[in-house]
Amino acid sequence: MEPYYEELEDEGSLELPSEPMKLNMGPSHPAMHGTIRMVLDLDGETVMDVDIQPGYLHRGFEKSCERGTWSQVFPYADRLNYVSPMLNNVGFALAVEKLVGLEVPERCTYYRTVLGELARICDHLTCNGATAMELGAFTPFLWLVKVRDWIWDILEQETGARLTHSFGRIGGMAKPPTDQLEETVLAIFPEIDHAMMETEALLMKNRIFLDRTQGVGNLSPERAIAMGCTGPVLRSTGVDYDVRKANPYMFYDRFDFDIPVGHDGDNYDRFVCRFEELRQSMKIIRQALEQMPKSGPVNSPDIRYVYPEKEDVYNSIEGTIAHFKLVMEGLKPPPGEVYSFTEGGNGELGFFIVSDGSGTPYRVRCRPPCWYNLAACKEMLVGDMIADIIPTFGSINMIGGECDR
Amino acid sequence: MSKKVIKRLEKELGDKILETSDFRGDDTAIVGRKDWKAVAELLKNDADLAMDHFIDITAVDYPEREPDEPRFDVILHVRSMQKNHRVRIKTRVGENEDVASLASVWPGANWGEREIFDMFGIRFADHPDLRRILMYEEFQGYPLRKDYPITKAQPLVPYREVEGIEKLPPFGPDEGQPWGRIDWQARLEDEDYQVSPALGVQVGQRPMLSKGPETDTDAAAGEE
Repeated sequence: MEPYYEELEDEGSLELPSEPMKLNMGPSHPAMHGTIRMVLDLDGETVMDVDIQPGYLHRGFEKSCERGTWSQVFPYADRLNYVSPMLNNVGFALAVEKLVGLEVPERCTYYRTVLGELARICDHLTCNGATAMELGAFTPFLWLVKVRDWIWDILEQETGARLTHSFGRIGGMAKPPTDQLEETVLAIFPEIDHAMMETEALLMKNRIFLDRTQGVGNLSPERAIAMGCTGPVLRSTGVDYDVRKANPYMFYDRFDFDIPVGHDGDNYDRFVCRFEELRQSMKIIRQALEQMPKSGPVNSPDIRYVYPEKEDVYNSIEGTIAHFKLVMEGLKPPPGEVYSFTEGGNGELGFFIVSDGSGTPYRVRCRPPCWYNLAACKEMLVGDMIADIIPTFGSINMIGGECDR
Repeated sequence: MSKKVIKRLEKELGDKILETSDFRGDDTAIVGRKDWKAVAELLKNDADLAMDHFIDITAVDYPEREPDEPRFDVILHVRSMQKNHRVRIKTRVGENEDVASLASVWPGANWGEREIFDMFGIRFADHPDLRRILMYEEFQGYPLRKDYPITKAQPLVPYREVEGIEKLPPFGPDEGQPWGRIDWQARLEDEDYQVSPALGVQVGQRPMLSKGPETDTDAAAGEE
């Protein structure tokens, strides 16, 4: 292009733009994880203000839950955080079990732990891989996603589906664990370790990676707490809040594991925290597999809430009637409201459920961890450069399905 | 959750606590709409309570409670990072009433309250930025209210007029939801119906919809 010379009477009449420039980023941007729109106010390349606009993936999760039975929420719950669907399944099952006051057998709880932690590993592998990819390191992404695919193979062997399992049930799981579970899970661990080691070898001393992550997207612990951040985003600021330790649900008080915390709350800390959490997850799975009873029932025998065995459905009148009532009317919890919270992939995944005593939920509120993490994203972005939006937004791990519901 | 919190609140506030419950161990206190912010400030600033961690704010709609009682429940969950206790605080808000915003107490409430406004139409007084957040601003009604039918269809949204922006999207208008969808019926009625001056290709172009036998014969004649 030819240079543009404006005829000027004097130098003083040269007008440089004094107002900040508006720039739209998204809703469909190649370097964004989900469909999200950011309206930026720029001064040069510095972000002065940002208006984050979620909602492009809103599907009416909470409204849809109000028209089916309690069991029919599971497929929707799968699609909240579709990178770790098992954690959502278990989270919702625990919420309804709390509402009806149902205890599940030990074997089921261990089984949920193993599958849930596998889902958490998938979540962190995806997030860290994608963060690296967006900074130009495509190879670690392929390594990590390759391992994730092998974990999906295990989940497929257990549940029959790779991504959206819909495997949780109120008062149990759809199927008992397969015989190969322990063997296949333990066989994958060296592969995960190897992929992580290679990734770290490639990135942790890489100048470009360090420059773009260290000291970028900082968040202070006080602000993070007041903004409602949870999960790796909060822990990277140095706050050791993990639901699994602070309010142990299931059998997390029986396992020996640590909570990795960061120091500065920047992108680098979030990245490292996720990798370290991944190692802790493997530690938990090892212990859970050791402690898990090798035989015994997986589902609670309470016929009012749990589907009876198929054999009973076809061979006994009680089983047939119970099955019919559960399918046609749904289980009927007592009227009341509970808030049940678990540690999801991105932080505290809470379900606030209200029952009016009928077979249909009166209200299902999902407290998505991403939602509040994303609200805090504004604080991380303002003052940084445009190019820093990519790693910062990547390290939040905003999942559209969960954030927009 | 913790019993101590409720006891402390009862001691501190007395009559302002309308009701308490502990269904399944979730300690809950119901407070009046006018006391909403005062209670929140107490929770946050009291040294024994120290509820600094914002967890969630949401609402539930009970339309059949009207007109005797207010229609909505606004529900707040907070916890203390130091003491590791939690509490649930509720208040009741009517259809045309508003409730104080907690965004100045916990900044996390900002987006939570925007979502409640979007989904239930509850207004928060002194909220810094009360806009719809999940839905678009032309959306009619409030989807999570019980009287909003799940099958309800929304009207087409016309082009937005943005001040100072004359440029139009480089792709067809029916692809870009933010700028509205094309109204095919209106275009069929009026041949000169122009979507936008910048999209010259679209002017006078008939859509690929058959209008009836008349258009079919025209097309056939043209081919011959």
